[in-house]
Amino acid sequence: MAIAFSVNGKPVSVEADADTPLLWVLRDDLGMTGTKFGCGIAACGACSVHVDGNLTRSCSVPVSALAGKSVTTIEGLKAADGTLHKVQAAWIDAQVPQCGYCQSGQIMAAVALIEKVGTPSDEQIDEAMTNICRCGTYPRIRTAILAATGAAAQQGDA
Amino acid sequence: MADNPTPELDLPEADAPAGKPKRKGFKRRIFLAGSALVVGGGIFGVWWTDRSTKSRGNALIGGEGKQAFNSLMTIAEDDTVTLFSPHIDFGQGSNTALGQMLADELDAAWDKVTIEQAPADMAFANASLVKGFLPEMAGPTVAGLLPDAVIGIMARSMPLMITGGSSAIRFTGEVAMRRTGAAVRAALIAEAADRLGVPASELTTADSVVTHAKSGNSLRYGELAAGAAERSLSSDPVLKTREQWTLIGQPVPRRDIPAKVDGSAVYGIDFTLPDMRVATVAAASVRGGKLESVDEAPAMAVKGVEKVVKLDDAVIVVATGYWPANKGLAALSPKFTDGGHAAVSTPAIYAAQAKLMAGGKADNEAGDGDVDAVFGAAGAKVVEAEYRVPFLHHAMMEPFALTGHFKDGTLTLWGGLQDPLSTRVRAAKAAGLDVENVVFNPMIMGGGFGRRFPDVVEIIDQVALLAKQVPYPVKLVWSREEEVTHGTYRPQSSSKLKASLKDGKITAMRMDYAQSGNAEGEVPFIYDLPAVSRRHFAYQSNQIDGPWRSVNATQIGFYTESFMDELAAAAGEDPYQFRRKHLPEGSRYMAVLDEVAKRSGWGSPVPEGVGRGIAIVESFGTIVAEVVEATLKEDGSPKVLKAWAVVDCGTTVNPLNAEAQIAGGLIMGLSSAMGEAVTLDKGAVVESNYTDYPILKLADAPPAVDVHFIESGAKTGGIGEPGVPPSSPALANALMAATGKRIRNLPVLAQAKA
Repeated sequence: MAIAFSVNGKPVSVEADADTPLLWVLRDDLGMTGTKFGCGIAACGACSVHVDGNLTRSCSVPVSALAGKSVTTIEGLKAADGTLHKVQAAWIDAQVPQCGYCQSGQIMAAVALIEKVGTPSDEQIDEAMTNICRCGTYPRIRTAILAATGAAAQQGDA
Repeated sequence: MADNPTPELDLPEADAPAGKPKRKGFKRRIFLAGSALVVGGGIFGVWWTDRSTKSRGNALIGGEGKQAFNSLMTIAEDDTVTLFSPHIDFGQGSNTALGQMLADELDAAWDKVTIEQAPADMAFANASLVKGFLPEMAGPTVAGLLPDAVIGIMARSMPLMITGGSSAIRFTGEVAMRRTGAAVRAALIAEAADRLGVPASELTTADSVVTHAKSGNSLRYGELAAGAAERSLSSDPVLKTREQWTLIGQPVPRRDIPAKVDGSAVYGIDFTLPDMRVATVAAASVRGGKLESVDEAPAMAVKGVEKVVKLDDAVIVVATGYWPANKGLAALSPKFTDGGHAAVSTPAIYAAQAKLMAGGKADNEAGDGDVDAVFGAAGAKVVEAEYRVPFLHHAMMEPFALTGHFKDGTLTLWGGLQDPLSTRVRAAKAAGLDVENVVFNPMIMGGGFGRRFPDVVEIIDQVALLAKQVPYPVKLVWSREEEVTHGTYRPQSSSKLKASLKDGKITAMRMDYAQSGNAEGEVPFIYDLPAVSRRHFAYQSNQIDGPWRSVNATQIGFYTESFMDELAAAAGEDPYQFRRKHLPEGSRYMAVLDEVAKRSGWGSPVPEGVGRGIAIVESFGTIVAEVVEATLKEDGSPKVLKAWAVVDCGTTVNPLNAEAQIAGGLIMGLSSAMGEAVTLDKGAVVESNYTDYPILKLADAPPAVDVHFIESGAKTGGIGEPGVPPSSPALANALMAATGKRIRNLPVLAQAKA
């Protein structure tokens, strides 16, 4: 069946089985590989995207639920002129990524958090940032989130 | 690194680790057999005397307006220096640091340096790893007797090009990059001297320009490259002194990071080709089991599924994308044998290991002095304890994915593995091809931690066999469940420790440990005791025990450093002061331990319910001490509040990245200690995903890790692995201090539940 929605502001129409997760539509059908496959059961967050502005683990959302919705992926965070989103820029400044595989999802989660609460407290960061990073970049993730919102990190890590 | 179980050559006493008195009787072994080489892996490859290798390298990386000086670098007419790194990125960030080392000695402008992945070709095999690992294994005396030609032979006979063993900086960087930079700089100066008709001694270099100050003349590196490349390079050029460094030691941002924040970095799992199919696999749930039968029909009925491929021990479903392949596989009910391993279970392994140690017949004994005599001496207070640690999964975030295309007799592969050359060898063997007919294109990796060494990577065989059966390119992707249940785990291991105390000091210590690999020669024993014995009892289950970030230093470090705290308690001493009493005065160990105590405010009061723990472990030539402050949450699970690490790796090439490696290692160690365990039942792995194999999340990690480097200038050590081992004993020691309960079995959460 053909399902129409938008990805990063562009309309798409996808021929896929109704139960196909958004993750695999993005990766295999649309060739957008910035969104990563980690666990397939919404446990790790590597596949995080925004659907109508809400943080969503794309491995566990069937494409059939997306008709008419608006999806934002890591590739869609930059401004039209190529300027990085302030969270992406903060990620570079704080030198967050190591292997980098989980970082698309981490950044999407951080952007959603900042859009929701403005300047998050440490407790709000603890609560919201539940994506797994095996490299252990968590201290720098915290530093980057606080830097992106203009709040200095309480304990310097960089 | 694979800990090769077939030592062939016993060598007399190796030189003692840095800062440590020479110890009698500790033997080191060279591991020569098998495909795996040396504890650490090793390599060979190109050294400058090998002309045919050089010309092959030139053909591959040189080109129009670009001069190759050896297989590591080129200089282009526009001054661009391109470094071809034999190491692949899986998060360790070493390529940027290698660039710093090359550019510093070369006096190249940093913004004109680019870093690329070296091709998976024999010409790019990494001789510096043989040069680096050999002294570590055989001692510098033995290694020094081997001429470069012999190292070249070792290299060619063991086609390896590994990333692992925390080797990039200390070996490739120190041996190859700095020397290449210095030698090429000398060749550029010689060329400029001839062109300008002035003595070389009057020339200076900076920012990719050779300058003759007297005449005001200068020549850019790009102008000199063609002529300089014709000159022979010194294999022993003069290196800069520490005071002359401009890039080494600087916190330079990593070159790979921008592509990792906008989704543009392409990992093995992201690779795609026109007409490519995607496949997924289920291997026998019991390692060692075989495929008995499978009815293909349910998979073939799934829309998008094109083929079911049966292997000896696995079934693969090929489809138009991962989702239909996954659905197709889930529809199958393959029958596998248990390979005769139905009785294997986690408790059975611990029981077998206990029995082995009780039998007293060790496979290796190292140490100094007669511990039994000391234990029996009058007035000795004997303390004993037993510890156990489980199998650990690497849990790299990017599941295995490898693309293969068999066409016109050649198998071409794309993906991320820790050794491109042995990937080719393994694929060739599996596909029944000559290695020349296997091409491998290495890609960056979403983590590895030891899981991606080709000797333990079955997906290479699976893709090699699969690709030969289909006319199109095919990407095989493992599900997370396949990944968790078919790992090559850090071995499950048991230990018994015994020590005697007299007058507040240890008079003798014995560690017996049962597991697959012998840790001797890999994990130094750092304390200075009158008598010490470490006995290895070799135990192998049906699992493939693989290297797991920092290899045997995790469990040996946990045993030793937990026991040191128990001994301190028995002696009525503070754990930090007690360690001091057993470390050589003025040693690097002492400096590292003192610094971490100072920075963490060791000895200052902590709130009720909070405990502090300390531990120090040396691995991969680097000494790391860590302090952890922890408490228990309301639900009884531990929470780490603060953490400190002090590191002596000799020289820190890029402190910005090194700090991240140490902090990340510390957190990985905490994660493993807190909740990670792979368990076996009826020969098969019980856990299957992140839900039952929990990785520490941000909320439970320390909010910040205070990392400090001591620039001792000692021989450069590794940085990717040594941050891991001290944090699990530091956590156990902190929890003891906080709760009075000694954790002797990991993970902690399983204890809390018990």
